[in-house]
Amino acid sequence: MTTIAGRMSALGRAEFTLLVRNRSAMFTALLVPPGLVLGARQMFDGMPMVREAGLSIGEMLMATGFGLVLTMAIYTTLVASYVTRREELVLKRLRTGEASDTQILASTALPVTVLGLAQVVLLLVAGVTLMDVGVPERPDLLLVGVLSGMLLTALLAAVTTIITRTVESAQITVMPVMMVTMVTSGMVTPLDALPGAVAEVCRFLPLTPAVQLVQGGLLGGMDALEVLRALGVTLAWTALAVFAVRRWFRWEPRR
Amino acid sequence: MDTDERVIDVRGLRRRYGPRGAGGFEAVRGLDFSVRRGELFALLGTNGAGKTSTVELLEGLDRPTEGTIGVLGHDPYGERAKVRPRIGVMLQEGGFPSELTVKETARMWGGCTSNCMPLGEALEFVGLTARENVRVKQLSGGEKRRLDLALAVLGKPEVLFLDEPTTGMDAEARNTTQQLVRELQQRGTTVLLTTHYLEEAEALADRLAIMRAGRIVTSGTPAEVTRSQPSRIRFTLPEGVEKWQLPASLGAAGEGREVRVSTDDLQSALTELMLWARQCGARLIDLDARTASLEEAFLDIAQTETAKEEAVALTGGRQREVV
Repeated sequence: MTTIAGRMSALGRAEFTLLVRNRSAMFTALLVPPGLVLGARQMFDGMPMVREAGLSIGEMLMATGFGLVLTMAIYTTLVASYVTRREELVLKRLRTGEASDTQILASTALPVTVLGLAQVVLLLVAGVTLMDVGVPERPDLLLVGVLSGMLLTALLAAVTTIITRTVESAQITVMPVMMVTMVTSGMVTPLDALPGAVAEVCRFLPLTPAVQLVQGGLLGGMDALEVLRALGVTLAWTALAVFAVRRWFRWEPRR
Repeated sequence: MDTDERVIDVRGLRRRYGPRGAGGFEAVRGLDFSVRRGELFALLGTNGAGKTSTVELLEGLDRPTEGTIGVLGHDPYGERAKVRPRIGVMLQEGGFPSELTVKETARMWGGCTSNCMPLGEALEFVGLTARENVRVKQLSGGEKRRLDLALAVLGKPEVLFLDEPTTGMDAEARNTTQQLVRELQQRGTTVLLTTHYLEEAEALADRLAIMRAGRIVTSGTPAEVTRSQPSRIRFTLPEGVEKWQLPASLGAAGEGREVRVSTDDLQSALTELMLWARQCGARLIDLDARTASLEEAFLDIAQTETAKEEAVALTGGRQREVV
């Protein structure tokens, strides 16, 4: 009999080979996030609101970098992967085999998630060694933030394929999640710099809690209630995404 | 018959796409059949007859709208984990990432297959050893199908589902593939195959069922299905001889001077016709007499069913009495 680990690693390995051979995916996943982080550094220098929110440029860049890894490295790459596999009938073919639906979707997400994790680790190392970011105050929150954010991002990618017919249309269908996350998660503008009511609404959007947990994990200053709320919101969105995938995910192209 | 020997058992199977009523489409409309261990069973039909819709349900890709399916004694959808390690599946098309090589694809699939045979052995079986480092997108259509077959048999399955395994192949490739399927069957694999090539069904199948518009119209061994069809005599009458002069017992039909006779007893009908022709000195033009072939059986079934359905469609689904 095959094991879950055996199946996942066989599928993940194939997916990793495919990722490496896809030049535009490699570009989006590997070069765009670091490039944009460097660009953001210049931008934040001229933005008083970062300092007004009590953050150093380095601390702000951690949130920016994490957000970029989620949205660029994982989310957009994975939407394209899922759609490509579906259009090539790979997902359908895999479903005739021994791997379960969850294992198929998870192993497709595996390489890009590992890549994203590596980038986050690099980002944190760079933050602590090269910038003025201190050692994480709450590593547990940091870890929960990173992992829950990545899980939810992968699920959002699967949900996005429901409304994405082709790889070309993916360039448009990824926009809502990208834009909302950029504007509202605190990765570009600190939530504390936004008007109170707006910030409150932002805290209930899908990827804001993950970014907040990462920031809170690094810098501390999140009280138990804030942590609970962040976890609750993440959990709710995750459950909703799981429901949507189970209900509407398309395993084969529309005819 | 020993019930254990029915490795595939289908009862009252229906599959509907879309909503109930006019908005939906019922592709499979009440199928009953079973396949015994070691048997090669062919589902035959024109495009849109419901073959693939049926096979997908047997493979456990979807839940039937109605009816039950047993594959090796289990529900292939609900008990997927029990059935999958024992079956092999070849879908109607595609299903492999185009940027992986043959070997990488086999390795991926092998990692998800219980009792996986050595990958080299599987590729050799279908003659792809020399192509193992070629990307899937560079394979010919026939090679892709053979790769698909190699992966379907990787786990030495007890039951093999082949959905149009030779469609799109040239004659030689088709022969090779048919030979491979025969070999698998000789090793004891139960095979369910769909095809729209009649020769293929005739050559490979122990039993077959002809589908039309979601139903099985006829089934049996190829010989039985053929035998159930009448033989045919065709000719054109020469000038000076009229249809009414023909022996009434022939039940002749046809347009103008062309005559068609269908009969269950070809020898008697032909004798009668020949004796009559000699008696009245008529020289029959383009005389042709033949025992029914599976192809004729198939065309006959497909045509009559089409005619019936068109008639129903024309009358708005209601039977109207024609005076």
